[in-house]
Amino acid sequence: MSKPIVATTSLAGCFGCHMSLLDIDERILELIELVEFNKSPVDDIKVFTKQCDIGLIEGGCCNSENVHVLKEFRKNCKILVSLGECAIMGGLPALRNGIPVKECLQEAYLDGPTVIENSGKILPNDDELPMILDKVYPCHEIVKIDYYLPGCAPRADLIWNALIALVTGDELKLPYEVVKFD
Amino acid sequence: MAEKIKFTIDGKECYAEQGQTILAAALDNGVYIPSLCYLKDLIPAGSCRICNVKVSGRFMTACTTPVNDGMEVENNTPELEELRKSIVEMLFVSGNHFCPACEKSGNCELQALAYKYQMMVPRFPYIFPEKEVDPSSPKLFIERNRCILCKRCIRSIKDESGKSLFAFKKRGNKLMINLDHELAATMTDEMAEEAMEICPVGSILRKEKGFDQPIGHRKFDKQAIGSDIKSVI
Ligand code: SF4
Ligand code: SF4
Repeated sequence: MSKPIVATTSLAGCFGCHMSLLDIDERILELIELVEFNKSPVDDIKVFTKQCDIGLIEGGCCNSENVHVLKEFRKNCKILVSLGECAIMGGLPALRNGIPVKECLQEAYLDGPTVIENSGKILPNDDELPMILDKVYPCHEIVKIDYYLPGCAPRADLIWNALIALVTGDELKLPYEVVKFD
Repeated sequence: MAEKIKFTIDGKECYAEQGQTILAAALDNGVYIPSLCYLKDLIPAGSCRICNVKVSGRFMTACTTPVNDGMEVENNTPELEELRKSIVEMLFVSGNHFCPACEKSGNCELQALAYKYQMMVPRFPYIFPEKEVDPSSPKLFIERNRCILCKRCIRSIKDESGKSLFAFKKRGNKLMINLDHELAATMTDEMAEEAMEICPVGSILRKEKGFDQPIGHRKFDKQAIGSDIKSVI
């Protein structure tokens, strides 16, 4: 039987959830026996080359590129998992949700204390750049998400337990210590 | 001494003082009924509804309902636990709860209930309401993004003449907690500490404090809320 195929991505996240995935330590050897990775920063496969079974999504959607990638994942993965606070509720990037985008951009590029030189008063607007959304969206407000693993980052044991449950079909083990929001 | 009255919680025989509420009596009998706005020795507010129990087929808030002789209380049932979980989820989406960046994380009672119920995601859509933070008093931040309007601060933090330092302002979904600036100026360090302590969430914060306990050492890192309440019989 062929192995289940896993894809992962980081949208508006900090890669902390991926770090936490690596935090399963030597179990990573077991993991590569159990599953095959496709599109993922882990193996640097940049485009889907086949249909996948499990897609792990880190980060919420803060721009048009995030939405595009998330929809690609939905098309190419049987099961999608929101991994971490940002995917689940926007996380720290969503702290801007109460502030108009224009004000955010002005603070970042014109008025902020770290702006040293922007005499042309330019806000980035090149066509090549993804468009910033009006607010940061939880992934499940954009596509259907099947499972959620909270945490910032989710505990390595939570990710491990969830992957094992998905791959083997066994019941997910959820001891008190692994479901945490920070 | 007045006769104690007999009642049951989930079939377990319990005893209460005359006039005692279900919640207070439950605690005396070593039974945990989850709650947020309840605080021992304060007049109950009945505002968070987490302590909903069922008596004769009807939902009642255990913190405001006095025990009657022979009362049969349902507490730890799948129906009630699911109802409580849904209230916790509603509280999460109706504020802005960014736990990873919150000073109260690990010691927060709302978060602890979400851990108890293993909330993976709220079933309701996030509202991301606009809330104002009030940093203007000398010792406290009022972080309204996290306030659950439980009135614990209003009921317990008072000056020598009995005046509350905290009060509600506005109505409906604009309702917000407010700190009286004149009275706040006279706050002692102890009062400020107490205010932060009695707030179940991270809405009242001591200035120049926070993140002083390492992860793993905080109240609810390893121990579920209510797990310290052990049966006494
Ligand atoms: S108040 Fe509690 S639930 Fe809200 S952000 Fe802080 S820790 Fe999380
Ligand atoms: S500030 Fe805290 S104690 Fe006061 S009403 Fe809000 S949540 Fe309750």
